[in-house]
Amino acid sequence: MKKTTRLWNELCRKPGTLWSLVFILVVCLGGYLAPLISPYAPGGLDEQRILQGPGWSHWLGTDGLGRDLLTRILYGARVSITVGIGTAIIALVIGTIYGLISGYTGGALDHLFMRIVDVWYGLPDLLIFILLSLVLGRNIGGVLIALGLVTWVRFARITRGQVLQAKEFIYVEGARAIGASHVRIIVRHILPNIMAPILVTLTFSVPAAILAESTLSFIGLGINDPYSAWGTSWGTLAQDGWRAMRTYPHIIFFPAAAIFLTILTFNFLGNGLRDLLDPKGK
Amino acid sequence: MARFLLRRLLHGLAVLGVVVTLTFVLLHMTPGGPFDRERRLPPEVLANIAAKYHLDESWSKQYVRYLKGVIQGDLGPSYKYLDRNVSDIVADTFPVSALLGILALAFALAFSFPVGLCAAYYHNSWTDRSCLLLATLGISLPHFILGALLIWLFSLQLGWFQAGRWENLSSMVLPTITLGAAPAAYLSYLLRSTLLETLGEDFIRTARAKGLKEITVLFKHALNNSLIPTLTVLGPLAAALITGSFVVEYIFAIPGMGRFFITAVTDRDYPLIMGVTLVYTVLLVCANLLVDLLYSFVDPRIKSH
Repeated sequence: MKKTTRLWNELCRKPGTLWSLVFILVVCLGGYLAPLISPYAPGGLDEQRILQGPGWSHWLGTDGLGRDLLTRILYGARVSITVGIGTAIIALVIGTIYGLISGYTGGALDHLFMRIVDVWYGLPDLLIFILLSLVLGRNIGGVLIALGLVTWVRFARITRGQVLQAKEFIYVEGARAIGASHVRIIVRHILPNIMAPILVTLTFSVPAAILAESTLSFIGLGINDPYSAWGTSWGTLAQDGWRAMRTYPHIIFFPAAAIFLTILTFNFLGNGLRDLLDPKGK
Repeated sequence: MARFLLRRLLHGLAVLGVVVTLTFVLLHMTPGGPFDRERRLPPEVLANIAAKYHLDESWSKQYVRYLKGVIQGDLGPSYKYLDRNVSDIVADTFPVSALLGILALAFALAFSFPVGLCAAYYHNSWTDRSCLLLATLGISLPHFILGALLIWLFSLQLGWFQAGRWENLSSMVLPTITLGAAPAAYLSYLLRSTLLETLGEDFIRTARAKGLKEITVLFKHALNNSLIPTLTVLGPLAAALITGSFVVEYIFAIPGMGRFFITAVTDRDYPLIMGVTLVYTVLLVCANLLVDLLYSFVDPRIKSH
């Protein structure tokens, strides 16, 4: 508890990081509460108001089918945020468990596990991701799992490196000496001490996932769920605008700005957290 | 040294093996086939097609056949382009993608060296601060947004450059910048931090103390010693350029391999997908090997590991 308060105090001294956090919270709220905020439905056509510029009734204008752009961006936020955070969590779980086993066991198993990670790192990840999402289905769930399966190795490497160090600490040795079980040593003594770098990696993998998903949706290989009432990916929105960029640049401008600002603030947050939690790694 | 290289080579081969197998398995697990149409083809026609492409054989037989072909440099037929096989398509499109990648890398290097040097030398100045900001911007700006922005500004509004296709110098400028921007930002940032570290070392103070000109200190002593960390990222950088080239080729309608990959995925042209994936993996493996080689060449301390 005391540690959390200290962290909060330090966070408040860094306005950039704090504002990033606020911005991200606003994006999340906007996305998940979209049905309450917007008076329009995301697929609500309005043939009277096709391709309008920003104005009072449609703040960010409308697209080629008369759909309100702000509404579509809000609904898109929950797609992007869900993909970003979901991917990061899947990668975190797989990678951390893998890294823990590898680093804690050591020896031949560690060697084998790390060779596998090396090979995985050498794969062209975007291509593998595209193929995986073909198999798993091009909906949010499929894309989420596919991205997680591609990016978990980063967590595996970091966790394993940290475990190797933490294993040698005196108190771990002490715990072992008094007969603590392996699970207890890992959960009580090692994990809390390696949380900081894992948390930083987690923060950085959210924007990376958002970037990958929106890029693939833009080139037409990402989420392909046109009838989903849940929301359309920002990448797909940008693709819609891309085709009309010459005459109606606002349709691509706003989704592009949403993608860019969200990724940017997540990266700012990651930088801030890294400086806070790991002063050495600056 | 020889052992080190042999190990890296084996590692590269392992990566290739995994990619071949993984793509093969994944594509055979994918629901829907290349010859599924809105109107179903008559069963006799389907049987004929299956026989022609050996799709009626068991997976293991198809896999062995594919592996044999790959070793002999034959990537199989394309399901979509009936008059050309995958190797022809790769031979046609590869030079375009390679030129784009090389131009982007050259742009990144030409941009990052002066910027990184200035930022480190004038530490904490506005140059330095904008270099830091640039690095974060660089990794946050997706290719398709930067590309769209550049096209809108320099092509649609100002009319300076051609946007699209790959014919003359004017059409190459915007794709090169789009693909090279992120590596340029990242390299500047990296060079800045390694240079900062080097500039704080004792031998720099010695060099200055003996009265060397600042320019000699900076270029001969500091820069030389900062190159090694920069070299190590060339591997991941190659990977970034490869994945980025997909999007850039798509946006600018450049007839490169990435564009063919994208259409191959929508067409379910499995041999073409596998072929292009394989070529990209070979490139990636070669880039990593090259980095390993350069690395042990530049820094003799590495050889012992």
